[in-house]
Amino acid sequence: MRVLSYLFIGIFFGIVMFKSEAASWFRIYEMFKFQSFHMYGIIGSALVIGIVGIQLIKRKKLKTFFGDPIYIIPKDRGFKRYMYGGIIFGLGWALAGACPGPIYTLIGAGYLPILVVFAGALLGTFIYGLIKKHLPH
Amino acid sequence: MEFILDPWPWYVSGPLIALIMFLLIFIGKRFGMSSNLSTICTMCGADKKAEFFDINWRESAWNLVVVVGAVIGGFVGAYLLSDDPAVILNPATVQDLQDLGFASAGNEYMPSKLFSNEVFSDFKSLVILMLGGIFIGFGARYAGGCTSGHAISGLSNLQLPSLIAVIGFFIGGLFMVHVLFPFIF
Repeated sequence: MRVLSYLFIGIFFGIVMFKSEAASWFRIYEMFKFQSFHMYGIIGSALVIGIVGIQLIKRKKLKTFFGDPIYIIPKDRGFKRYMYGGIIFGLGWALAGACPGPIYTLIGAGYLPILVVFAGALLGTFIYGLIKKHLPH
Repeated sequence: MEFILDPWPWYVSGPLIALIMFLLIFIGKRFGMSSNLSTICTMCGADKKAEFFDINWRESAWNLVVVVGAVIGGFVGAYLLSDDPAVILNPATVQDLQDLGFASAGNEYMPSKLFSNEVFSDFKSLVILMLGGIFIGFGARYAGGCTSGHAISGLSNLQLPSLIAVIGFFIGGLFMVHVLFPFIF
C-alpha cells in the first residue's frame, strides 16, 4: 500500500516536471539569463505555499496520515559545503540543463542522451563519497 | 482537455510541486530527488569502497520507487498529455541560443544539439553531458541536496544552509551560462 503511494507520488511528480517545462534544458538556460519569469514563478509559488504549510505543520503539531508525529529535520550548520557544493551543482545544472528529478522524467520522455547525464551523476556521487574526507565542509 | 495538453503555467506547476512535498511529508518521508543517487551507488557495491555509502539501502528503497514513478510520469507527460511539446521561449533567448548554434531553439522541448540520438556518435556532446552529470551528482551530495531538497524543502523550512546552497546554485549556473557557454558552444 505504501509502496503504491510512493509510486503514484513519483508519477505525479514526473508529469508535473514535464508539463511545467521545468525538465526542459531551454527553460533552465532562460532562467539563468533572467529572460523569463516562468522558473522563478514555479519555484517562488511552491516556496510561498511551502513556507506557510511548514509553519502550519509545526504550530498545529500536525501528524502524518498514519498518525505519527512529523519531524522536519533541520540542515546541519555550515557554510563551505553548501557554498562550494552549491556552485559545483549549479555548473552542472546549467550545463546539462537538468537537476536530478528531471533526469528521471526525461528518461521516461525518451530523450536517451540523458542516460549519459544520469551515469555522470552516479559517478559524481561516487567520487564525492570517495574523497569526502579530504574536502572542506 | 486543452489546458492539460498545453504546457502548464507556473501558477499551476508551483503549487503542485508544493503539494508533492506535503504528500511526502504526510506519509512520513521528505522531498529530495538526489539522495536516491547515493542509494543506487550503495546497491552497486560502493559501500565496499567508501564509508559514505555504508548505509542500509533498504531503508532508502522508497525513494527508488518514487524515481521509478518519475520515469513513468515523464513518459505519460510526454506521450499522453502533450500535443506539441515545443517550449515557447522569450525571442531574445531564441536569438541568443541561435548565436550559440542551437538552431532548434523555440521549436523543441530539448535541444537536439545535445539530446538527439546523434550525440552518441559526437564525442564533444557526450563529454558535455557526462561532465554536467558529474557536477550535478558531486555537487548535490557535497551540498547535501539539490533543487528539491534545498530550494524547495529547505527554504520552505527557512533553513539558512539551504539559502547558502541556492545562492551557490545560482553562482555556478550564472557563471556557466554567461562566462563558459561562449567557450563551450
